[in-house]
Order: sequence, then structure tokens, then C-alpha cells
Amino acid sequence: MVNSNLISFLAEGKATYTDGGTVAEYTWLIVVLPFLAALLITFLGKYLPFKGAEIALATIGFIFIFSSYLLYLNVTDGVASEFFINVGSIGSFDLEFGWVVDGLSIMMYFVVGTVASLVFIYATNYMQGEVRYTFFFTSLTLFAGSMLVLVSSPTLLQLLIGWELVGVCSYLLIGHYWEKKENSSAAMKAFITNKIADVGLMIGIIVLALSTGTMRISEILYQSTHDYQSLKSVAYLAGVLLFIGAMGKSAQFPLHVWLPDAMAGPTPVSALMHAATMVTAGVYLLARMFPFYQGMASQALDVVLLFGVITLFAAGLIAIVQDDLKKVLAYSTVSQLGYMVAAIGSGAYTAALFHLWTHAFFKALLFLGAGSVIHAVHTNSMKEMGGLRKEMPRTYITFILGTVALAGLPPLAGFFSKDEILASLNHGGYGTYFAIAVGGAFITAFYMTRAVVLTFFGEYRGNGHPHESDSMMTTPLIVLAAFAVAAGWVNIPGIYTGFTDWVTTRKNPIVEYHPESFDYFALSSGLLAGLAGIGLGYYIYQVLGKPEDGDNKIKVEPIWNLLENKYYLDDFYFKYIINPTKSTFANAVDRFNTNILDKTVNLFGVAATFLGNIVYEKFDQGGIDKALNVSSSSTDAFGARVKLLQTGKAQQYIMYFLSGVIVISLLILLVL
Amino acid sequence: MSVQPFLIAAAGLFSIGIYGILVRRNVVMVLLSIELILNAVNINFVVFNAMLGDVLLQGQIFTIFIITIAAAEVGIGLAIVLMLFRNRKTANIDEFDLLKW
Repeated sequence: MVNSNLISFLAEGKATYTDGGTVAEYTWLIVVLPFLAALLITFLGKYLPFKGAEIALATIGFIFIFSSYLLYLNVTDGVASEFFINVGSIGSFDLEFGWVVDGLSIMMYFVVGTVASLVFIYATNYMQGEVRYTFFFTSLTLFAGSMLVLVSSPTLLQLLIGWELVGVCSYLLIGHYWEKKENSSAAMKAFITNKIADVGLMIGIIVLALSTGTMRISEILYQSTHDYQSLKSVAYLAGVLLFIGAMGKSAQFPLHVWLPDAMAGPTPVSALMHAATMVTAGVYLLARMFPFYQGMASQALDVVLLFGVITLFAAGLIAIVQDDLKKVLAYSTVSQLGYMVAAIGSGAYTAALFHLWTHAFFKALLFLGAGSVIHAVHTNSMKEMGGLRKEMPRTYITFILGTVALAGLPPLAGFFSKDEILASLNHGGYGTYFAIAVGGAFITAFYMTRAVVLTFFGEYRGNGHPHESDSMMTTPLIVLAAFAVAAGWVNIPGIYTGFTDWVTTRKNPIVEYHPESFDYFALSSGLLAGLAGIGLGYYIYQVLGKPEDGDNKIKVEPIWNLLENKYYLDDFYFKYIINPTKSTFANAVDRFNTNILDKTVNLFGVAATFLGNIVYEKFDQGGIDKALNVSSSSTDAFGARVKLLQTGKAQQYIMYFLSGVIVISLLILLVL
Repeated sequence: MSVQPFLIAAAGLFSIGIYGILVRRNVVMVLLSIELILNAVNINFVVFNAMLGDVLLQGQIFTIFIITIAAAEVGIGLAIVLMLFRNRKTANIDEFDLLKW
């Protein structure tokens, strides 16, 4: 895969960088602050005028400003440094936490900071009057912190901690309306699916840590570029295991099933976590470990590429048949994540991150736009939408911009990033994969056009009175639309390729293909596919009859059913994994539990009761209590007799007194 | 002049007082007996003061104090007796055993 005309940035002398100075040293602030803020919101939020949202906004605003400054530093000078705090040692193993400030993590800081700020602002309005408003902002802030723990991590252990924290926050937020069964089930599904993948990640981390003797990512990457044999022997295994982890978080086929269901959460959550940030964690992991994959585990990259391509195509097809607007976007996200993973798999590090970067903005925009629509019509179903372009002009225009960016038309963001992925696939000689990816671009354009036509064109089919959303909601849309238009301009082959330098991990140089000029074959294929998709979508859903019955016009029953049932993947899981587990394994465990564990525990219980009774009767009642009772009753009896002396008659007392005096006097007389 | 007769007189007075306290049933008479005992003590003070020839007359002064306090004590005592009599319609000391167990 690595051949001679690929460019090493180090070799070109682009590897000059600074350590970032004081700002880099204090980057831990943006990781720690959200956790403090989440605590504050939990305990004080309800007493504040905006129910805790102001704390969340202030925190995320700070993160946005800080990460913007970091990005500025990185763009001007290039920053690469890492900081470690040794918490303790177990044998030769150092337990270290810390933070990384380099191109890759700064890009992620900025994406999280920007998208989260806009989503937070949007959510203050969107969530107005909903249940658990304060708790929502607690979880959202906690999520921002967890994501920053993950992307700032210089060690695999901290990465795993951030990874799991993100999973927990996702669980909390998907299940925000947990009063409805399907919402809490969706949360559980997301958590368990991720958990299954996380086992792969965890084993991968253990394998890497054991074979390299360190948890430090930079050290592992150093070893993987310097031919360490102990690492080389497990590289393929570790590479695949890490990818299994990434498949969970980044929703790769066949572990993508949780992401569409995760749309049960409030729309700002879908925009922030299930489009822009959390689901990119897997891509981030692959990018962070990219020198390792390239140096030692290039066979694992083939697996990555295969699954990426399957995902981008298969998920895109399902999106065509979805009726729920958010689910269209969810499957679209899965498909786009497939593009990123495929890019990593083909060795195109920058292309994957570039698509992550542009996708974060236009997909967050599309989700927030969908949220704005849903807020107005109170349903997710596109059957009850239509004609909204008149009522909601700002949402309409921004949504169109997001759609065009996603469909990949120039000069919007998605065009440049998708083109770079296609160019990389083409350059790598993956003819079939390239064709599938172009097909994916066509599907993307098609289902997005369908969604736009069904939502905004034609006549309104619902029963409500849709109206444009509040400016608190449309302003983030407009800002994100600006990003969706312009975010791609930072990496135009032959004109300005700054992004490539931004995300270079300067300490572990990456050898990758980077197009010096446009690959016109890939470009024209992608562009044509996009235009054809839009054209066909518009023709079928808008020109041919009414949009609401347009679905029937392309209905090919078997394929339609296959897609409608999501390739029967959920049924497969239920039939062959969940139910067998429940009926056999769970029953066996249950029998083991009742017959052996419970019996043992009961035996101990009975024995303890028996022993206790003996102790109670003989020792407690017979010994201690009896002694106490006897001493008190004898004192009582003695007192009953002695008290008779106290008659209350003064003359008797004087008698006793005088008798005493006389006795003592006599004694004195006798003794002297 | 010998002090012995005086001391014998004081001892007699004291014994009469003790007898009165122990024997009399009327509370007023018991109080009077206490006065007798105090006076026996007074005689002793004066006699020993004279015998020892104390120029500061400490015994005499002490006696005056005792007389004063005895007067106050009788005042309080008689008041208590009066209240008891009003409540119980009797002055018999055997009836007053409120402070028994």
C-alpha cells in the first residue's frame, strides 16, 4: 500500500512545530471544567434563573474560545506536545493520565467546542418546558467533558475511560424520555451494542499494553514505526481488536444497529453525539493509531477498508426507505462514517479526518434543521410534513445547504472531503471499492433529495400549524450553514491544503497519499453521481405525482422489504443471539444461580441462624442479660429494705444522729 | 472564780434542750428546745472568753451573732410551723413525714 510516490510530511520538512507554551500546559482546564460544571448544575441548577443552562453555556463557551485559540496557534505555528501526570505505579506499570495537544486533538477540540456550543444554544430553546431540563444539561455537559477526556488522551487507559464515559452519557441522553418503553430500550440497545464492541477495544488495549510494556500512545506508535518484534507479532490481532471497538462507537456494519434507534433521544443530542462528535470517536481512534496500522498492521487496514465500504453502501440503501426524518439522517450518518472508515482503511489519514471535520458541521446542521422541523410539526414522520419551505424559510434554506454539502456539490464542504476520499480509493487501486463509494455518493444524494422533497416541497400533509422556530434555534442553523459551505475550503488540492498540516501528528510522521491536484476522474465520478442522485430523487418524488405516494413508484417488493427490515439484522440478532442467550445461557445461569449459588448462600444463612440462636439463648440471655437482671433486681430488693430507714420523721433522724455522736464520743474516750 | 459551775449549767441546759427535741410532740416546743441548745452554747462561749481573758472579746461577739441568727431562725421556723398548721390542722411533729421514701 505504501509506495514511493507517497509523501511523508517529515521528509518534506513540514514537521516544524512548537510545544504550544502555556496554553498547551493549561489545556487540562477544558477537560476538567465540564465535570465541575456538571456537578454545579446538578446541585445548584434548579435554583438558577435559567435552570442550569447558563452554567453549561458558560463552560462550553469557554471550551469554544480555548479550542479556537489552540486551532489558531496550530494553524500559524503547528503545535505538538503531550503532558503526563503519574498517578501511581503497579509494579513496572505506570498509571498515567494527561493531555495531548497536537493537530489531531486540537481539530477534535475545535469540532466538539463549536458544534457543542451551537447545540447547547439550540437546546436551551428546544428543550424549553421538557421534563428534566436541568438533568439534560448536566448530561450534555458531562458528555462534552467525556468526549474531551477521550480526544485529549495520551494513554490508552485514559482513552478507554473517556470511551466508556461517552457511552454512559449516550445512554443517559438517548433514554432522556425513559417513561416510554421504546426509548429506554433504545438506550439499552445502544449501551449493550457499544459494550460488546468495547470488549474488543479492551482486549486490544491489553494486548498492546502487554506487548509494548506501556500505555502511552506515543510510545506504542514509536515502537510500531521502529520494527519492535514483540509488537509486530500481535499487530494484526491488536489492529483488528481496536477496530472492533471503533466499529461499535462509529456504528460500522453490522454493529450499526444502535445508531438509528438512538434517535429516540432529543434532537440536540442526536446532532451533537450521534452525528458530530461521539460517533467519530471510532474514526478518531483509528486516526490516532494510524501510524501503528500503517507501520505494522496493514493487513488490519484491509479489514477496516472492507467494513467501511460495506457500511457506506448498505446503510445508505436503508436510508432510502426510512419514513422518519431523523432516521434518514441517522442512516446517512452511518453511511458517512463508513466513508471515513474506508478512507482510513485505504491509508488516507487526512481524507478521513477531513470528512470527519466537514461532516460534523453539515450533519449537525441537518439534525438541528430536522429538530426545528420536528419542533414545528410535532412528528418525526415525513408523511405528515411537506410544504414547509413556505412556513419555515430559514430552516428550509439552511437544510438545503446541508443537503447539498452532504450530497457533495461544489463548492460546499462535502464536495472536497468526499472527493478526497474517492481520490484516495482510486489512487490506491481499489477499483471495486471506488465504484461502490461512487454508488454510495449517488445514494446519498438520492435519499437526501427524497427527504428534502418530502419535508419541504409539495403541500403540507399534517394537521398542525407549523411556524418558523425561535431565533435561538435558527441562529445556530445559520452559523452551521456557514460552516457547511466554507469548512471544505481549508483543503483544496492545488490551492490551499492547510488542513493537511493541521492534523499531522508531527511526532509520529505519517506516510500517506495526498493529492497535489484534483484527481479529475474521481472528481467527475463523484460529482456526476451526486447530480444524478439529486436529479433522480427530484424526478421520482417531485415530478412524478405527489410526494406522499412517490415511494410506491420505485417499489421493488423483495428489495424494499429487505431494506425496510434493515437486512433483517435486528431479527437475526434477536433470533440467533439475544433469544438463544436468553433461553439457554440465561436459563443455565439462572439454574446455576438458584441451585448452587443460592443454595450455598442459604446454607450459610441457616447455619448462621442456628449459631445465632445458640449464642442468643446461652450466651446473651443466659449470661449477659441474666447477670444484668440479677444485679438490678438485687439492688432493687436491697433498696426496698433500706429505704424504710428514711421515715421522714425529724426526731428519729436526730435520734440516729445522737446515737452516732455518743458512740463516737465513747470510742474516743476509750481509745484515749 | 471557777468556770466549772457555769459549764455544768450549760451542759444541763443543753441536755434539757436535747430532751425537749426528742420527746416533745408539739413543733413549737421542739423549736424552743433548739433555742435552749443555742443558749447553752452561748454560755460556753462567754465563759471561755472570760476564762481565757481575750482582749478582743471574740467569744462575746460570736455570742451576739448567734443570738441574731437564732432570732432569724425562729422567725423562719415559726412561719413554717404556721403554714404547716394551716394546711394540716395540727402541730404534731409525728404527722409531718412528707419527706419519707
